[in-house]
Amino acid sequence: MNIDRRLFQLMKEEKRPFIFSLVSGSLASVMMIAQAYFLSRAINGAFIDKIALAGLLPLLGCFGLFTLLRMLCNWTSHVKAEEGSTAVREKLFTRLASKVAELGPLYTRSVQSGRLSTTMLKGVEALDAYFSSYIPQIFLALFTPLLVVAAILPGDWLSAAILLLSAPLIPFFMIVIGKSASAVTEKQWKTMSRMSGQFLDILQGLSTLKLFAQSARQRKNIEETGENFRKATMKVLRVAFLSSLTLELVGTIGTAIIAVSIGMRMMEHRMTFRHALFVLILTPDFYLPLRQLGTKFHAGMEGASASKEIFAVLEQPAPAAAGSGSADAGEKGISFRGVTFTYPGTSSPAADNVTFTIQAGGTTALIGPSGAGKSTLLNLLLRFLEPEKGSISFDGKPLADISSEQWLGMISWVPQHPHLFNETLRENILIAKPDASDEALHAALRETGLDGFVRSLPRGLDTMIGEQGARLSGGEAQRVALARAFLKNAPIIVLDEPTSHTDPELEAQLRSSMQALTRGRTTLIIAHRLETIRSADRIIVVSNGKIAVSGTHDELIGVEGFYRDSLFIQQEAAA
Amino acid sequence: MKTFLRLTAIVRPYYLWMALAALIGFATTGSGIGLLVTSGYLIAKAALQPPLGALQLGIIGVRVFGTARGVLRYAERLVSHSTTFRILAKLRLWFFDAIEPLAPARLLHFRSGDLLQRVVDDIQSLENIYTRVLAPPLTAILVSLMMMLLLGTWSIQAALLVMFFHLLAGIAVPLMVATLGRGTQTGIMELKTSQQVLALDFLHGIGELKVYGKLPAHLARMQDNETGMLRLQNRNAFLDGMHESLTGLLMNAAVIAVLCALVPGMQNPGANGISLTVITLAVMASFEPFLPLPASMKNLEADTHAGKRLFEILDAKPETTAPAAPAMFPDNPVIRAENLSFTYPGSYTKTLDNISFTVEPGRHIAIVGPSGAGKSTITSLLMRFWNTSEGELTIGGKDIGLFDPENLRRNIALVSQRTYLFAETIRENLLLAKPGAGDDELKRALTAAGLGSFVSKLDEWAGQHGMKLSGGERQRIAIARVLLQDAPVIILDEATANLDGITEKEVTGTLAAISRGKTLIAITHRLKAMEQYDRIIVLDKGKIVEQGRHGELMQNSGTYRRMWELQHTAGPV
Repeated sequence: MNIDRRLFQLMKEEKRPFIFSLVSGSLASVMMIAQAYFLSRAINGAFIDKIALAGLLPLLGCFGLFTLLRMLCNWTSHVKAEEGSTAVREKLFTRLASKVAELGPLYTRSVQSGRLSTTMLKGVEALDAYFSSYIPQIFLALFTPLLVVAAILPGDWLSAAILLLSAPLIPFFMIVIGKSASAVTEKQWKTMSRMSGQFLDILQGLSTLKLFAQSARQRKNIEETGENFRKATMKVLRVAFLSSLTLELVGTIGTAIIAVSIGMRMMEHRMTFRHALFVLILTPDFYLPLRQLGTKFHAGMEGASASKEIFAVLEQPAPAAAGSGSADAGEKGISFRGVTFTYPGTSSPAADNVTFTIQAGGTTALIGPSGAGKSTLLNLLLRFLEPEKGSISFDGKPLADISSEQWLGMISWVPQHPHLFNETLRENILIAKPDASDEALHAALRETGLDGFVRSLPRGLDTMIGEQGARLSGGEAQRVALARAFLKNAPIIVLDEPTSHTDPELEAQLRSSMQALTRGRTTLIIAHRLETIRSADRIIVVSNGKIAVSGTHDELIGVEGFYRDSLFIQQEAAA
Repeated sequence: MKTFLRLTAIVRPYYLWMALAALIGFATTGSGIGLLVTSGYLIAKAALQPPLGALQLGIIGVRVFGTARGVLRYAERLVSHSTTFRILAKLRLWFFDAIEPLAPARLLHFRSGDLLQRVVDDIQSLENIYTRVLAPPLTAILVSLMMMLLLGTWSIQAALLVMFFHLLAGIAVPLMVATLGRGTQTGIMELKTSQQVLALDFLHGIGELKVYGKLPAHLARMQDNETGMLRLQNRNAFLDGMHESLTGLLMNAAVIAVLCALVPGMQNPGANGISLTVITLAVMASFEPFLPLPASMKNLEADTHAGKRLFEILDAKPETTAPAAPAMFPDNPVIRAENLSFTYPGSYTKTLDNISFTVEPGRHIAIVGPSGAGKSTITSLLMRFWNTSEGELTIGGKDIGLFDPENLRRNIALVSQRTYLFAETIRENLLLAKPGAGDDELKRALTAAGLGSFVSKLDEWAGQHGMKLSGGERQRIAIARVLLQDAPVIILDEATANLDGITEKEVTGTLAAISRGKTLIAITHRLKAMEQYDRIIVLDKGKIVEQGRHGELMQNSGTYRRMWELQHTAGPV
């Protein structure tokens, strides 16, 4: 019944609180029977046997005692189930986060934005109801009704039989409800998210709406969509709720039948009032856990479907371990040897048997049309990807023999779209070297031309930036990344030159910062600007995952092909 | 509490629906009680061995209540769901109405979709304010009142006792649990928000975290945050369990108390044991509506928190509002700035510093300068997104504040750097500029904007969910909009900055063609084909440093010439 094997496995890892919860829950049901027993006896004593209050006190005392015990058991059961649920969630969250960390930036970029964070946060949370109420309820919905029947059976086999006969109707209807409900839930979810998507779209485009003085029209749009959604959904719900109506009726009519049948038998002296009352008090408790299962079924289903996304991430194949390769000892710089990489789901390799060397202390520029494989080579160097064939080595040592942390510790990376964390500007730069002195920090700001920008901020370096803080322009973000690189002072520089058209003055400034950064360091740069390309020690033209040609500017200018063509285009655009 | 009252005020139009839902909900619970009570009556009566006919009343009652409960429950679910959807639609409208005047000046923080998504989620969570917050206490109160009335006819003493226990279960226990758990729900929501920020930093900044060796530390932070949140949720469960158990305990205590009160009377000759049975069962059943109260309390805290966040956004004062008696847009729209200054709130430096210029109707002027010079601020002021700080900005001799912003925007067409396309059809996206325009008109505009290939795609989806338009195509849609809008003044704010060289050339050509005979203000930092402008205003650090035609400015050796040379020699050759 919707018990996902993988979810069950997770539960087994944290079984203690769940077992505890189930045992207390079962005990509570036993106490409930005892309560009914003593209460029916007490009322019987007063009503039929006309016993005085003092004579009834022991019975009422027992009733009170079992009430207390039952409530304690219930409470424990509730708390323990949640404990189990949070333990599972904590574990799942850790696994999910480390899995994503292992899969790396290329994975997070390949997944539709928002989906991963939804899975990590809302997805894991949606499992709460599944573990803390749905699973325990399945057990109680089996145990409690059977216990009630067992308690009634000795004195009144007929009522027990009525209960048992009506009980299978409940799972039957539940399955019917479940089937239609899951279709409805899914459909409703989709319309709902489409509707909130539309609303988000309108909010995001609010300035555009105002520009065209069209706010009133969109307002009407929101109104109509909402009303249409309501009408359409209600049409579906009118049918969907019918099955739960039937479910409800099984319970209430079952109670009614039992009441009438025991009343009749009492008339024929075939049953005592005491037992009749006992049966009557317990009858609603027979149906209650089954009905509750119906309401929790929904939450359970939501959790189960959320878990699919979670497991889809967890079951992603881990990036293949780097194949170790041979390398010439004593060779300086970084060498790619026969490096091949194919993205999953694509047929042609993004890097195809690539061999080249980045000379120590020099600048190597990668150029080529977009999609040629430049970024793939960069990501391989950063070990965000591992080659499926071939090897990369540093000073004659295969990268596979160096830990990823150690390797990245030697690299400064300036990506095209640097990420700014939701922290202060200072913390965002100091991420590169938390113990950097103030002088080093200010030197980095000066080198990147950020000092003027910092002065213009009311709170200076303590200004919050990132998601919830001040927004930085692309050029400013780029300079923050450069400042990080200056601060880290690593021997290897990996740069992805911005393609966007920033302000030319700013561009000139950025370029001189970059030159200062790369001077004397081993540098690999994806270059877009001719200026950068011309000053590189070596230029590698990438095309279709292969190296088309390589050499210095003067060597390449004489060769027909991409290099000359791209020069031509850039000259044209600038004219 | 104030936040909550404000929230309930928003859903006021649906009070009648809510009342109906509450009434049916009450009838549902009432039928449940009735079923148990008549069942009890039936067996108690049977115990006295009356003639068979005397049971008839009980038998009918049992059947009626048994059926009614199911049917009423069905009706209640329908009405309350329908009400919930109405409330959600209303909340969206309300939010839209309240936020619309604030855009864009007060919403600078919301440029990222993630933050707006959170707002949308907050609104969504408020839809349950009726079913999960208002309905449970309402039902509990109605059931309690009914019990008082019914019990009162039998025994005042029993009625008072039950009232006492109902008050404990309905007020004292929820208050106690709320006091113990104060802030738990808010704490959970706050941790959720910070977790969201951490997760976004993690997912988007994973490359940086790896390169700077910060991944383990960041993972640990997220883990801590998660653990803290789960601990609060455990605490929540502890309190929930306590609340539930206390309610159950009170229910049984009420049973004992009522029995203790009624049993002595049973010794009297002629005492009626039937009422004893019936009352006991009724008391037990009457506690059912008290069970959802804990959840209701929690949702109240969560809703208040969500409401507070929304009100925080909405309580800002709009930057610009329409004057009571707006001026008409003049036929001769001379745009004049005199000693105009502007400072963004929270900033030290003047973005525009005492600038003066005039744009005669029909003239084409360019405003150039390095980024951060204040060029785009001029657009924001002309579009009335912001109010001027000092000095004057007039159109046709009238202060810009005298116009209705909507009327102003209809007469000034803007093409900005990035064109926003709604997730609707191309047609809808074009109709924004001229509602009611016919197909022929739309097609003409598309063709003139250089999007002849789109003529057959009017009903295809643009934006997020539909086909992906390239940057050039988006800008051309914006040009088509300008053509449709047919305003006397056109502002191009870095309209071609995001385009590649070849596309830029084409788009610029189209723009020049459509702005013939109209006032044109082109804002740019890229100096291309500058000869076409009647005048060029050079801005630097908020001040006008030069003005004149391209040729004149090239004679000077000022900022303009320096920029021009930088772009045409040292730039990408």
